[in-house]
Amino acid sequence: MDLLRWGRSPWGEWVLTHVSWNLFWASLFAGVLFFVAHASYMLFSAHRKRSVAETDALEAKYKNLPQKIERHSLAARLFHWVMAASMFVLLFTAFLPVAGIKFAWVQWHWIAGLVLTASILFHLVHATFFLDFWSIWVGPKDIPELKAELLRELGHDVPGPKSGKYPLGNRLYHLAIVVTGLGVAATGLFMMKRVRTPLFVRNPYILSDSAWGFTYVLHGLAGVGLVGLVIAHVYFAVRPEKWWITKSMILGWITRRQYLEHHEPSRWKVAAQPGSSTAKPAGQA
Amino acid sequence: MAVIRDVIPVFELYQPASVDDALKLLDRHGTDAMVLAGGLDNMDWLKDRLRKPKVVVDLTNIAELRGIKEANGGIEIGAMTTLTEVAKHPVVREKFSLLTEAAGLVASPQIRNQGTLGGNVSQDTRCWYYRGGWTCYRAGGNICYADTPTAVNREHAIFDADRCVAVNPSDTAPALVALDAQMVIRGPKGERVVNAEDYWIGPGVDITRMNVLAPNELLVAIRIPATMAGAQFYFEKVRDRQVWDFPLVNVASAIKPNGGNIGEARVVVNAVAATPRRLKNVEAFVAGKPRTEETAKAAGEMAVQGAQTLRHNGYKVPLMRNLVARALRGQTAAPRTT
Repeated sequence: MDLLRWGRSPWGEWVLTHVSWNLFWASLFAGVLFFVAHASYMLFSAHRKRSVAETDALEAKYKNLPQKIERHSLAARLFHWVMAASMFVLLFTAFLPVAGIKFAWVQWHWIAGLVLTASILFHLVHATFFLDFWSIWVGPKDIPELKAELLRELGHDVPGPKSGKYPLGNRLYHLAIVVTGLGVAATGLFMMKRVRTPLFVRNPYILSDSAWGFTYVLHGLAGVGLVGLVIAHVYFAVRPEKWWITKSMILGWITRRQYLEHHEPSRWKVAAQPGSSTAKPAGQA
Repeated sequence: MAVIRDVIPVFELYQPASVDDALKLLDRHGTDAMVLAGGLDNMDWLKDRLRKPKVVVDLTNIAELRGIKEANGGIEIGAMTTLTEVAKHPVVREKFSLLTEAAGLVASPQIRNQGTLGGNVSQDTRCWYYRGGWTCYRAGGNICYADTPTAVNREHAIFDADRCVAVNPSDTAPALVALDAQMVIRGPKGERVVNAEDYWIGPGVDITRMNVLAPNELLVAIRIPATMAGAQFYFEKVRDRQVWDFPLVNVASAIKPNGGNIGEARVVVNAVAATPRRLKNVEAFVAGKPRTEETAKAAGEMAVQGAQTLRHNGYKVPLMRNLVARALRGQTAAPRTT
């Protein structure tokens, strides 16, 4: 199976041109295989949330917290859904023609790409200056949580730490999306110099043939990677035990009980706000 | 990059005697197969060694693909009917002289004797960067060499360029669209009929194909309904030399008069985009108007709205404007040499 496609430049050099669309089918297959495998596994998986007794004890300890705890601000939710919409348009316009459904896709594709890029820029500023920037990233500090989560999955009753604001899987997924999303957006912006748009003066010579080849290949690799990643994301969003997270991306809040069941209050500090029905995370605007 | 050689690549040659057998072969070999009609397009690809099909399916022996028959006041032309046969057929001359004109202006007499109507409408583009073997968008690459600041693009598109600026070079295609023809296609799932207007596809939809034919399908016939029979026709082709050349721009129009005015009109221009360009805005504008100089001039202006020129093809805008005006004016086309 070819993974990359090559062409001959006018100077007789072999240059990369695209990824092979076999990779699209591979990514689609991997995404579907993942959710089938995970769904099968979850039938036998141990429950992951805190025990009722332990949660009751925490409820007593944190009784000054209100019933609703803000998990995603309105701006964060708007970003998420705008990004999701643009991502779906990008994937459908890119891959439906590959799958045999032909239509004029280029204009829709670059418009959605610009929306995605704008939403990423907004998110960078918003997350850096208005959210707890480090809460979404993974690092060595997460190893105890990883170990505890793995043991819980295997059915052990482990007292180790629960997650902070974002579960470990969520943060790992974010990392993958950062790499692929930035890759696809950066290369896509360059590629807009090769098509006619009212925004740029077309110039196919800003990069050499080889550099263009790498740009197209990186765009393609990130694109086919996103197929599998988006399938996984949608799968988790609709799983019953994850629905409380999905709901919070719509409504913006979770209940105090959900907060205490799934999170480590010491790792995601929520400030009690007397007189308010919804508490904001500590230190967050 | 293209090096013309006398020895074409090795392939398995099949010469089926029926459409069914040809379809079985195409279905079996898929994209490994090349369909050979008159051979005037595909033999170039083979001689240039730019296409190396494993299998060539030659349609020459399929009698059912040849000939012209009358049906329901219109005609049905087998896809393998030669352009000379089309141009000389008495019924075509009598009812659809637009096609007679268009077919009679294709290339040269020798080519028209060999070339088929199906081949002429299904031929690939003549962009020399593409046919030179460079890995452009249309050839599966990631660049249009004809749409660069230094490109030689005198013959290329002024409309609907979407990454690729190649044009459709057919003379009979605009005539068939103007005549409201239908393309009869057969494949493994049976027969489907596509309006001529929808037969060609632009690069925005599929950059590697010129028409809707799948690798396992054949264009078997072209039906021309009675709709525009006996209408007032106009065909004009402008080319660099007066014989054996592709159009720089051509225009085909079919007009049914209503009283002293224009009734129904179909106006189509080719070689300005990757598909024959039907001018629906012009058709709507001229309907009900007298066939005057003023109407023709306004129609010409309307025809070129939205044109986007490249470095060397700006002349196509006034050329197309004037051709459309001439078609609407209805004056005799310039003398031709064939």
